[in-house]
Amino acid sequence: MLRYAINRLLLMVPTLLGVAVLVFFMLRVVTGDVVEVKLRGDGGAVSQETIDMERKRLGLDKPLSAQFADWMVGVVTLDLGKSMWTDRPVVEEIGTRLELSMQVAIMATIVAVLIAIPLGAIAAVAQDSWIDRVVRIITIAGLAVPAFWLGMLIMIGLLAAFNWLPPITFTPLYVDPWANLSQLVWPAMAVGYRYAAVVARMVRSSLIEVMNEDYIRTARAKGVFERLILTRHALRNALLPAITVIGLEFAFLIGGLVVTEQVFNLNGIGKLFVQSVSRNDFTLIQGMVMLIAAIYVLVNLAVDLLYAVLDPRIRYT
Amino acid sequence: MSAPAATLTLDRPREASAADQVLRFCRRQPLGAISFVAILVMLLSGIFAEWVAPYDPLAIDFAATLAAPSWSHWFGTDGFGRDILSRIVYGARTALVIGFASSMLGSTLGAVIGATSAYFGGRIDSAIQRGIDILLAFPIIVLALVVVAVLGKGLFLGIDLNLVVAIAIPIVPKVARVVRSAALSIRAMPYVDAARAAGYSHGRIIFRHMAPNLAAPYLIMLTAYIAQAILLEASLSFLGLGVSEPTAAWGLMLSGNASDFYREAPWMVIFPGLAISVAVFAFNLFGDALRDWLDPKFKV
Repeated sequence: MLRYAINRLLLMVPTLLGVAVLVFFMLRVVTGDVVEVKLRGDGGAVSQETIDMERKRLGLDKPLSAQFADWMVGVVTLDLGKSMWTDRPVVEEIGTRLELSMQVAIMATIVAVLIAIPLGAIAAVAQDSWIDRVVRIITIAGLAVPAFWLGMLIMIGLLAAFNWLPPITFTPLYVDPWANLSQLVWPAMAVGYRYAAVVARMVRSSLIEVMNEDYIRTARAKGVFERLILTRHALRNALLPAITVIGLEFAFLIGGLVVTEQVFNLNGIGKLFVQSVSRNDFTLIQGMVMLIAAIYVLVNLAVDLLYAVLDPRIRYT
Repeated sequence: MSAPAATLTLDRPREASAADQVLRFCRRQPLGAISFVAILVMLLSGIFAEWVAPYDPLAIDFAATLAAPSWSHWFGTDGFGRDILSRIVYGARTALVIGFASSMLGSTLGAVIGATSAYFGGRIDSAIQRGIDILLAFPIIVLALVVVAVLGKGLFLGIDLNLVVAIAIPIVPKVARVVRSAALSIRAMPYVDAARAAGYSHGRIIFRHMAPNLAAPYLIMLTAYIAQAILLEASLSFLGLGVSEPTAAWGLMLSGNASDFYREAPWMVIFPGLAISVAVFAFNLFGDALRDWLDPKFKV
């Protein structure tokens, strides 16, 4: 198991290296860089010398291979360079916003799991009844409704019902839990709906499968209460595939946040990403892509390992 | 004289006509049929937008800014007095053209890569799979945004081709994965070996012998990803990095100043989002029904 984990961690290296190469060279294929946007973006006449000087300062005049080597040395030593737009270190730019985004992501996961498991279980128990159909419509709609639109609807609803909008400035959870939650619960709900829908579908189908297993019949024959069969015997096994989906959807969640943070005006990594894309801020885009890819790969690994811990039949060698 | 004719049809099973096929599809897949109707409505209003839309989608009317839904403006008007229903009708055209084009491009590319990877196997297969792993490590919108950053805008006949590419690229690895696994079993079929023994070229075997048997997963993925592509286009346009003003696009209608009017004009937000949701919902349902219809064993 330990050897497997180490193996998988080592396998991350080529994947992340591939991501690094891909994003670095993709960004540099096309002419037009941060300097153009920064100095000429507003249509002002800036001399070519000024542009060249700024390029030189940012190291954009060096050959690509040298730029890449510089950046890779930085990445290995966890120094992602400086933002080409603000000149602040990339790690710092991301760090100040990561807390907010991670909190929303974790809250959305909690919301999703809390809704999805009971919803999926009810649908599975009442298979093919009207309850099942209603749940199916709710879950299919979850895949169709864009998170950012749901966020806007929540805002409209809050305005209509309480004549109130969530605060715009971020307060850390440990400073004022109430202010913090009153700001972040809404985006968590907006991105959590899709998440819940996907997980609920998985819980339903895997629970239906488990309920047809022999050991469930045995338990029924022994006269175990149906409730106990469901909670002790069936659900435990049915939740395993759901864990995979919960892990995989975490990556989607980050994607959802990119758009939803705009709606709620949250200063998180999603908003930073969109900003850096529209500014051609290469170093910042690279840093964030590496971070997101690393999170995705790590979450995948964690899911696989958790699987082995929870299901003794699965052994990695 | 009608009796012999009747026996004739009984003796020889009639070839199922297209109409029969459609009828059977509707009976077996009622949800699929409903979603098909929704798609048809969208398609027709997109194609005939000039006749369907009550107003010019770009016509600015400062006398009627932020008008609430009424008989003259069913879905109300936006901050420039533009009719929202008309913009949604024209937006259907944008969504369908971009959604279909990018799903087509992404699925086709993905299918070719997946089939090629499965056909050659060995080193080529594992090299391609590592490449796909790399692409899959990006959340789709992040990948699309990076491509947008790289390509910028490239208008051709009023369609932003670079946007189509940006939406297609995240679809490629996902389709490639699924098609590869379907192609692996076909690769093992004796007729592929026979074709190789007969000395056909690799390309001919992949496209003439294997491709027809990959049509089902390909079609299923194609419809399923139209929904994803529409959603992605809406998200990118919402962020201001997709379709640009003044073109009517659903995501774009939600961006910018729509959020300033939560209180005064909620219809500016409600209807375009509803259009996106219904479109994605319909394509998702239709994709599901198509999957059950074409290949009940196939799981995406």
